[in-house]
Amino acid sequence: MQNQQDVLFQNKVDKEIRIEPKDWMPEKYRQTLIRQISQHAHSEIIGMLPEGNWITRAPSLRRKAILLAKVQDEAGHGLYLYSAAETLGISRDEMYHQLHTGKAKYSSIFNYPTLSWADMGVIGWLVDGAAIMNQVPLCRSSYGPYARAMVRVCKEESFHQRQGFDILYTLGKGSEAQRKMAQDAINRWWWPSIMMFGPKDDESPNSIQSMKWKIKRFSNDELRQKFIDVCAEQVKVLGFTLPDKDLKWNETRKHYDFGEINWDEFWQVIQGNGPCNKERLEARKKAWTDGEWVRDAATAYAAKNKAA
Amino acid sequence: MSTHSNSKIEWPLWEIFVRSKQGLDHKHVGSLHAADAAMAIENARDVYTRRMEGISIWAVESKNIHASNPDEAGSLYDPANDKAYRHPTFYDLPNEVEYM
Repeated sequence: MQNQQDVLFQNKVDKEIRIEPKDWMPEKYRQTLIRQISQHAHSEIIGMLPEGNWITRAPSLRRKAILLAKVQDEAGHGLYLYSAAETLGISRDEMYHQLHTGKAKYSSIFNYPTLSWADMGVIGWLVDGAAIMNQVPLCRSSYGPYARAMVRVCKEESFHQRQGFDILYTLGKGSEAQRKMAQDAINRWWWPSIMMFGPKDDESPNSIQSMKWKIKRFSNDELRQKFIDVCAEQVKVLGFTLPDKDLKWNETRKHYDFGEINWDEFWQVIQGNGPCNKERLEARKKAWTDGEWVRDAATAYAAKNKAA
Repeated sequence: MSTHSNSKIEWPLWEIFVRSKQGLDHKHVGSLHAADAAMAIENARDVYTRRMEGISIWAVESKNIHASNPDEAGSLYDPANDKAYRHPTFYDLPNEVEYM
């Protein structure tokens, strides 16, 4: 019986029929999605912190307004995704709890510090660029609510990438000090950015099942290669370089070859030993605790009005 | 984090519908949590209409939505399948009739 349902489910997925919340689904499919979507939501929420760091110090009113809008978008993306995850039967509070207790992960990229204004440019260009590369195929993910949330996210994300590129392009045309600052930021963020696609395919055991269920459409390595190919060209337009001496066009592969990724660093950061892991989680928990009286007051006010 | 805040009751969930422009239907866009209807509409404005996606918002508490059961889709919708005569293309018109 169970087996027959599994087959029917896989047939639906193969025929590109979207799965909706009340449809039968394998428990593992549900759990995989809850983990992936909530992790994604947490990344959007934690992702506000490194950029929030620069809002008050943006170099002009124009840049400040743009950065504010972008950070507000990240909050929105987190909310779309949390509600998509909730359709699978997990509560919002449970997801917060998992984040705050360290049970749930978020993208390791946000555990790196934002040291200069140029980091705002690089986050937009590389970090959001990598995110888009990952997210565009998710718009066709087999789970309806996730796919719909991703459509909205992707529409908004492309402004994020362009504003980052625009910051770097402007710095590239600036003074020697500005050019140096931008190159330094690129050097610090490049490797963590390409780690965002996750472990190599042969070390990513969940990927095969996720691709069979069409939660994922492309493998980690495929997406990483695509991203590197795009960035290797764009960095020329910016007039900067990527910090990889092995980066070279390979005519037979029709792709850029690139150097060895430091996977030890990747696992260290995931396990909580990155430069900002503690700081990020503390900031998030503080926001939650400090907001408690507001949530309580709103609940009390609503209850009072209902009674009246 | 204070664990007791976890045992508290969550703000209820609301389904949000947005009319993108005058003359069109309200369309479901997603959901959010809010303490009451006024807050649901205010939050919906921030979450779902940051880029002029709408000019009107409906918020319905999710528990008030009643949905059909997907397992009954067969018996619910199948009978409509064999009534082709409900569609205008079912009828052959003589060539002399140009528009109908």
